[in-house]
Amino acid sequence: MKIGVPREVWPGECRVAASPANVKRLVKMGFSVVVESGAGAAASFDDESYRKAGAEVIEGTAALWEQSDIVIKVRAPMEQPDLGTHEAELLREGGTLISFIWPGQEEELVQKLAARKATVLAMDCVPRITRAQKLDALSSMANIAGYRAVLEAAHHFGSFFTGQMTAAGKVPPAKVMVVGAGVAGLAAIGAARGLGAIVRAFDTRPAVEEQVQSMGAEFLTVKLEEDGTGSGGYAKQMSQAFIDAEHELFEEQAAEIDIIVTTALIPGKPAPLLITEQAVKNMKPGSVIVDLAAERGGNTAGAVADQVVQSHGVTIIGYTDLPSRMPNVSSDLYGNNICHLLDDMGGAGEYRVDEEDEVVRGALVLHDGQMKWPAPVKKLPEEQKKPEAAPQETVAEPVAPAEKKDRGPLVLLLIGLALIAVGWSGDDGFLHQITVFVLSCFVGYQVIWNVSASLHTPLMSVTNAISGIIIVGGLLQLGGPLDSPATILGVIAVFFATINIAGGFLVTQRMLKMFQG
Amino acid sequence: MIPYGAIVSSYLVAAVLFILSLGGLSTQKTARRGNLYGIIGMALAIAATTLLILDKVQFPEGMAENFSGVLLNNSTTTTVLAVAIGLGALIGAVLAARVGMTSMPELVAILHSFVGLAAVLVGISTYLGSGIPVPEGGELVHNIEIYLDVFIGAITFTGSILAFLKLRGSISGKPLTLPGRHLLNLAMVIGCVVLAFDFVPAEGHSAVAPLLWMALIAGIIGFHMVAAIGGADMPVVVSMLNSYSGWAAAAAGFMLKNDLLIVTGALVGSSGAILSYIMCRAMNRSFVSVILGGFGTDGGGGGSASAAKDQGEVITFDVDEAVESMREASNIIIVPGYGMAVAQAQHSLSQVVDFLKEKGKSVRFAIHPVAGRLPGHMNVLLAEANVDYNIVLEMDEINDDMPETDLVLVIGANDIVNPDALEDPASPIAGMPVLEVWKSGTVVVMKRSMGTGYAGVQNPLFFKDNTRMLFGDAKAVVDQLMTGLRS
Repeated sequence: MKIGVPREVWPGECRVAASPANVKRLVKMGFSVVVESGAGAAASFDDESYRKAGAEVIEGTAALWEQSDIVIKVRAPMEQPDLGTHEAELLREGGTLISFIWPGQEEELVQKLAARKATVLAMDCVPRITRAQKLDALSSMANIAGYRAVLEAAHHFGSFFTGQMTAAGKVPPAKVMVVGAGVAGLAAIGAARGLGAIVRAFDTRPAVEEQVQSMGAEFLTVKLEEDGTGSGGYAKQMSQAFIDAEHELFEEQAAEIDIIVTTALIPGKPAPLLITEQAVKNMKPGSVIVDLAAERGGNTAGAVADQVVQSHGVTIIGYTDLPSRMPNVSSDLYGNNICHLLDDMGGAGEYRVDEEDEVVRGALVLHDGQMKWPAPVKKLPEEQKKPEAAPQETVAEPVAPAEKKDRGPLVLLLIGLALIAVGWSGDDGFLHQITVFVLSCFVGYQVIWNVSASLHTPLMSVTNAISGIIIVGGLLQLGGPLDSPATILGVIAVFFATINIAGGFLVTQRMLKMFQG
Repeated sequence: MIPYGAIVSSYLVAAVLFILSLGGLSTQKTARRGNLYGIIGMALAIAATTLLILDKVQFPEGMAENFSGVLLNNSTTTTVLAVAIGLGALIGAVLAARVGMTSMPELVAILHSFVGLAAVLVGISTYLGSGIPVPEGGELVHNIEIYLDVFIGAITFTGSILAFLKLRGSISGKPLTLPGRHLLNLAMVIGCVVLAFDFVPAEGHSAVAPLLWMALIAGIIGFHMVAAIGGADMPVVVSMLNSYSGWAAAAAGFMLKNDLLIVTGALVGSSGAILSYIMCRAMNRSFVSVILGGFGTDGGGGGSASAAKDQGEVITFDVDEAVESMREASNIIIVPGYGMAVAQAQHSLSQVVDFLKEKGKSVRFAIHPVAGRLPGHMNVLLAEANVDYNIVLEMDEINDDMPETDLVLVIGANDIVNPDALEDPASPIAGMPVLEVWKSGTVVVMKRSMGTGYAGVQNPLFFKDNTRMLFGDAKAVVDQLMTGLRS
């Protein structure tokens, strides 16, 4: 099986579908690899390093397409400017193409490829399930985009990210707000935190709050309760009331925020407008907004795809090629995603397009020219669908403490009534004793709750010792003749109480000594 | 001669010192000072009372005859008293010095029984003797007080004796469940109430027989009640008896019109009651259900249901594999249970901990409130073995750290690490808070065999994928681990 890696022809695209490290891996898996001369140049991979990795480097785009069984690309096929033909037509009849395709938007392209009886796997259609994470190119690219977005912002921002206390004066730390805490958003949070900024993040999905906080950012919320969790890890569209609340929040935040990174996308819909004109106006002049959704209309009023524009003194960056701006690492990671996909499909030895395989089926757009997209939605087994919710339901019940009814007030009332009844009887001495008793119980209650759990055993032995105070009772019984039963019993009581006092205090002392040692 | 007011204020100071003594136990740092306060308070109280009965006190006008009955009237009594105190102190000191830390529960139990016995004796003696005269019209209340004092004292006495024997292993720790035992208890309590109608209204000191009969019946109640309660509920039983001994002292205080006794008794009584409550909460069981006893036998339905479940295979570890996992882990939590106390493994364990800490690993202990046979039992054992108390944490403090922990070593514990408590509503221990060890990377369970714990339920923890069983006597295994780590 021969894999071809052509040069990308999209203007300004610096990535390549395989780095030399990826080539090495493909060769190891049993594929032979041909790379178009100069394919990796923009990503700082020269032809020599491809040769060293075991690839054949050839001149001539047409020749490469012609001899490859599988062509791997980054950008979807397009008009080849040097040859004047469409890349889809360069693909060998019945050949295989793996690349970003966006079959939803690119119907014409898909038809062209179908005409070539091609088998096409779209990297953008890989299902978002746990097993497919290692070949999820959207995530790996989004991660890079999020990181780069912060760097682009830093480049246009006229101050430090981290707060500094210098001899010349104090510089406050930059405040960064990230809207949409998906892969890109989390990467942006991480990068901004790494540079020392104060980071706040917003997302409509409550579940990401913990992830945001674990990255060291503050999670912003609107007062309205609405869960924005959609399918496949994406957010869904929110109600109008919620959107209004969002706008209000952002307009309010904008006044103190220096840098905003927006990453909010809803599958199959134009990007939602989140940062209104008013919010932009509210920002201090010199602030920066990076809109990662610019390609799909943008989250920011005034954002223009692929351009940097000024609006009310705020720089709005709408680059859509952020991963391509870090071509070395993005090529490598994208290539890794492809390697994992090919590995999943059996490597060179047992390569086959298995429609039963959930991952392959998801990515499959055309199979020998047959339309396969979109993949049927497979009903996930209930268990897999909500792995956390199920056990929680069963837990909820027994975990609740056994005694639910708070009978405290009732008991207090009864005790109070009993005390008043005792007072009614008018025995002065007894009433005095009851007073002492009840107050002591309360003191004891307060004191004992403060005792550390690790000292419960010493607590028992010391209370043991002081309950030996019963000795006083024994001592007061010795007034009669020595041979009277009362005195004899009194002496015996004194004897046992003394054992208690001596034993209790001494053993407590011994234990506490160990605790200190 | 000392003015009578000084005696009264000495009692007040003693009461305050007792409160400070218990307050001192809130932290390890102040605990020893707290104990010292207790000793001073006790010394003060005894000294004041002794001066009183030795007739060294100047009473105010008209009070002297009230106390004429308590003064020692011959030197022989003084000598006998001195001998009793001396002998008692000696025996107490020897007991305290000799007792092993694993036997602390026994010592505490037997000391409780002494308080109970003393309360019974003082009660009967008060009835028989002259003592402090009862004011006009107070006879009825006084007799009730005596009756209550003897009743509580007798239950405490026999209950503690039986608890002592059970804890010592002299008799089986299994709950004794006589048919109709609740009815039996009820009948006995009613018997005591009936006898009270004979005793309380009796003129003079003529009704000794009903008092003694009641003491006997109360003794049987105490005995029978503890007999029905099984081994692992002992923390509750011991703290309950602790509470009773306090109430007995308080009842004696009412009887003798002595505020110091009332205050002290109330302090001890509430202390024991709170401890019982804490223990019950740690098992998610009501106090009543623990006291009624029979646990671990009537929960059979749920137990067999979970046993019927397909538990899968247990994965065993040998010592070398366990050593290897300890070497690899950087964050280790140790969960000790009663099995550690039985095997006396704490000293060996302490060495292992020191060794691991020297290697720069984080090692901590997680203590479940009802681990062992006495509240705080594990803490004392570990303190005895020189484990730094700062690494010994309570369940609530450490449970959240389980997911970040590489390795959990469970030593001789079972029910307190049973995931069924949270996951299976049908389980007899459902709802009991447990240490969630299964959330950690690897759990190594050291156990003698696959036997069930006190609750008699199978533990699904042993069948989890990340659990490894290491069979053998806890001490022997820990020693082998130490040898393995050193080599």
